Amino acid sequence: MILKGKVFKYPDNVDTDQIIPTPYLNIFVPSLLAPHAMEGIDETFAQKVQPGDIIMAGENFGCGSSREHAPLSIKANGVGCVVAKSFARIFFRNAINIDLPILECPEAVDDTKAGDELKVNLKTRTIENVRTKKTYKARSFPEYIQEIINAGGLMSYLKKEAKHG
Amino acid sequence: MPQTITQKILAKACGKRQVKPGDQIEIKLDLTMTNDVNAPLAIEAFEKSGSKSVFDADKVLFVMDHFSPAKDVDSAEQIKLSRNFAKKYDLTYFFDVGQMGIEHVLLPEKGFVKPGDCITGGDSHACTYGALGAFSTGIGSTDFAYGMATGKFKLKVPETIKVELTGKPKKWVSGKDVILYLIGKIGVKGALDQAIEFSGPGIRNLGIDDRFTIANMVVEAGAVNGIFPVDEVTKDYLEGKVKEKYQVFEPDKDAHYRKTIKINLGLLEPQVAFPSLPENTKPISKIKQRIRIDQVVLCSCTNARLSDLRVAASILKGKEVAKGIRFIVVPATQMIYKQAIKEGLIDVFIDAGCAVSTPTCGPCAGLYMGVLASKEVCLSTGSRNFVGRMGHTQAKIYLSSPAVAAASGVKGYISRP
Repeated sequence: MILKGKVFKYPDNVDTDQIIPTPYLNIFVPSLLAPHAMEGIDETFAQKVQPGDIIMAGENFGCGSSREHAPLSIKANGVGCVVAKSFARIFFRNAINIDLPILECPEAVDDTKAGDELKVNLKTRTIENVRTKKTYKARSFPEYIQEIINAGGLMSYLKKEAKHG
Repeated sequence: MPQTITQKILAKACGKRQVKPGDQIEIKLDLTMTNDVNAPLAIEAFEKSGSKSVFDADKVLFVMDHFSPAKDVDSAEQIKLSRNFAKKYDLTYFFDVGQMGIEHVLLPEKGFVKPGDCITGGDSHACTYGALGAFSTGIGSTDFAYGMATGKFKLKVPETIKVELTGKPKKWVSGKDVILYLIGKIGVKGALDQAIEFSGPGIRNLGIDDRFTIANMVVEAGAVNGIFPVDEVTKDYLEGKVKEKYQVFEPDKDAHYRKTIKINLGLLEPQVAFPSLPENTKPISKIKQRIRIDQVVLCSCTNARLSDLRVAASILKGKEVAKGIRFIVVPATQMIYKQAIKEGLIDVFIDAGCAVSTPTCGPCAGLYMGVLASKEVCLSTGSRNFVGRMGHTQAKIYLSSPAVAAASGVKGYISRP
């Protein structure tokens, strides 16, 4: 699948308190979380983001608490993909588990400016910057993670597992 | 191949003789737990997946601690959802108002954690249990749902960083200072995706509460887990709490470590983490400016254990909190609260002008019970000082030990005991 979207760019160590601030943890309905996504670092994100747009960030994106509300609030805005230099471990798992596409690609993050348009092929993990025409290949995932991605998230994977015993 | 403690426990839990870093494995869980914030998404995922029962009703545990007693209608609804789920699936252990305490303090206290166990927690600070020689790691709601259904967890075996501790901490230096110093040294991604194994003769100079505090914050350096070897201090703590037999794992002599970090506890002084990352640490003697504070909170799974209350009370005894400062004390569990009353610690706090609350995670995560307004400054004994963590995004949060927190509460600015 090829995604095309505009980049919202953020620095290193964006934590889950910034992605979805704690006052909203008494909500777990995705559509109600959506207006508050990234509110702790970018108050206008949810108003500006269009379906298919891409979040780009530095190292350790999603550090801090294990709240799945964080990737869920991003997904609920229709974000096509999150590209970071690296992800905090729990956020990484949560995103994969709820089927929010993520890629690790430090070079692409270094070369990309906020507002750039990217074309992303999730299957081949290639990223193309429309402005610079440069292409990048994101890191591959461990096999068990790729299997969850292929299933469309951990609960779909569980259903499949249950079916095949 | 020689193995680290983490490798040995993971090998046992996936039924192999040995595992090496990078191996993709599936481990059997001895326990999986979550709280009122993360339960609802897990319950939804669990029910949507078509799962009919939990893998073991004794091994799936819920603690209602984050915004419980309910802070508002929405949180009350979430807690009710968890309560109903626990009833429906006949969970043996559901800790609600009156019995609950802060999850990662409560579970060890009630004997749910033993050395060699594999535990996942739907809360990032589940790594706390590593203090007792268990492999324990934080997960999100969907991984928790998978764990409830299957009793399993898939992961990549992490590499291990060794932290070698020598020496004896000076007065007023605690586990909090050790872990803040370590995070300051390696940074908030310094142990990303790795295990941390504590070792060395300095460990015997750390009480069990210090070890809980240290293991609790390894996630702030990005670690999968942090683990302590089991010694007499651990065994004394477990005595009377854990009835079952347990297996103690020791690292092999020539186990491979990604790197070794040496810390002489005798040279450490109290540390303070500046806004807005736990890695922004400074030893207290290097703080030259007078940092005025509006609020002090002695709270959280990091530092609200009995020894934390004792040290704070020893400083506050016969004194008063500085004018204009709000000082909030939240004992982590009912048992700690009761013991603190018995020992007269709560009298000391109230006489000094502190507010004392029933156990809750509330203030540490900005949920309730001490939320900050814009431009306010707070000194917390919690684990995180991120932007907006305890309320307004323009509030500033500093982190310290209970001793520094108590001394600062009396002075009105960040101060050594």
